[in-house]
Amino acid sequence: MRSYLSTDARLYSVGFDRIINFFYRLAEVADELRAEGLWFRYGPEVLPEKLSVPHKGTLRVKYGFPIYQKRGVCMDVTNVEQAQIAEDAGAVSVMVLDKLPYDVRVAGGVARMADVRVIEEVMSNVTIPVMAKVRIGHYMEAKILETIGVDMIDESEVLTPADEKYHINKWEFKVPFVNGARELGEALRRISEGASMIRTKGEAGTGNVAEAVKHMKLIMNEILALRTLSPEVRMRKAREYGVPYELVDLTARLGRLPVVNFAAGGIATPADAALMMWLGADGVFVGSGIFKSKDPRNRAEAIVLATSMWDDPEVVVEAQKMISETKSMMGIDIRRLKPEELLQVRGV
Amino acid sequence: MRIGILAYQGGIYEHEYMLRRAFTELGVNGDVILVKKPSQLREIDGVIIPGGESTTIGRLAERFGVLDLLGDLIREGLPAFGTCAGAIMMAKKVRDSVIGEIQQPVLGVMDVEIVRNYYGRQRESFEIDLSIPALGEEPFRGVFIRAPAIVKLWNGAVPLAKLEGVTVLARQKNILASTFHPELSGDTRLHKLFIEELIRR
Repeated sequence: MRSYLSTDARLYSVGFDRIINFFYRLAEVADELRAEGLWFRYGPEVLPEKLSVPHKGTLRVKYGFPIYQKRGVCMDVTNVEQAQIAEDAGAVSVMVLDKLPYDVRVAGGVARMADVRVIEEVMSNVTIPVMAKVRIGHYMEAKILETIGVDMIDESEVLTPADEKYHINKWEFKVPFVNGARELGEALRRISEGASMIRTKGEAGTGNVAEAVKHMKLIMNEILALRTLSPEVRMRKAREYGVPYELVDLTARLGRLPVVNFAAGGIATPADAALMMWLGADGVFVGSGIFKSKDPRNRAEAIVLATSMWDDPEVVVEAQKMISETKSMMGIDIRRLKPEELLQVRGV
Repeated sequence: MRIGILAYQGGIYEHEYMLRRAFTELGVNGDVILVKKPSQLREIDGVIIPGGESTTIGRLAERFGVLDLLGDLIREGLPAFGTCAGAIMMAKKVRDSVIGEIQQPVLGVMDVEIVRNYYGRQRESFEIDLSIPALGEEPFRGVFIRAPAIVKLWNGAVPLAKLEGVTVLARQKNILASTFHPELSGDTRLHKLFIEELIRR
């Protein structure tokens, strides 16, 4: 089965190592002044030519980590039991939260990073990677997660932003970050801040995939449109987005984001997951969709199946038969949400 | 020559890119097939099992009847190259560094014991230049991401490269296993070795 776009946005036309070298060079350009002490650690440390001792947290391992999540499902969990269900179902990682996004909506108030003890407990009970969310701009929550050894940090709009204006400077961390985006400019801004992975924002906790679809289509189409633009128009786009021209140019030439790009926000069924894969996602995050349903075990397994085999309609049917629509989370009509209830507008 | 990549989950396209480059550099007329169904296994001259989550890959391969058949084909001599999670899939014995003994569906075709997450979590992931005598003098950039380690080898399994006392690259007849990711290094030598020495014997 063909993808939504005729170009397969999952294929890189250049090797991973070239993309990494690009990021090092981009950082070097911004960092010419570091030697003079005039630049404050923006961008990765440049590696020596030969590595005779292990170098941890390099760009290659930060951008490499999400590569091995591709075609997989990361599941939101709130405790060890759910994490083990996710692992048994074939999840590629789990995302530990204090409350599932749906419950965050219902509860209101300030949503923060999950309980550190719960995160540690999950880490010592599953073999797959463990991610956790921090509030946008909350450097210290991120430092805490890096220190306890979380595998990836999601700087997430689902939690209440700690900084209304700025995101975390992710270049300063040894641990990779994933960020949400609704459109290409947002995605490239997060990448230029050091994000190793992008996901659509969608509208988390609604069980409604419509916003994720909108964001993924928009990003894909904006990238396609870039390809036909002349260099001076791309330069104007770069200014509009507030990112280096070289990053816009690379994205145009690759025909895809230069980092792994997942779908998230409102995915509730195997068919939803397959839809996002068809649109060109490299994999999916499922939040409330699994553990807010009445058949989490089957649903988790079915979504894994549909994500991996999205291009085989018969297998997607098989996956869809593993769940029951009467057991899906009820979901929220996004049009009924008040503007202040939208999570996706946080941190642009 | 047709090389299959087990394509359920993980770094599939990175291997495809490296294989195509290796084909060009060797002047081999080669093709890459993304394998997900048992019937595709009969069409290939060699198979790569990529990095990803071994639990996910193993469960999906089991579900579609690929695990058993592929295991048999490799035992009968089909050349196979497993990287990271792919190396875990090859091993006859698997442990996790935190959880201990684990039951997970694997191919179990190589006489090695492998420890998952040997070096620790993602923050412990690293890169280093490896000395791999089989590839010549020039060091090979090893990218280790939540990497496993081969801690025991028996029968015909031999180490081709070691790092700090554990094996990171091993071979047993038609099987090659690396705990690092050669597909991320931009260096095609290991893919070329797989093509030339394991497939074109």
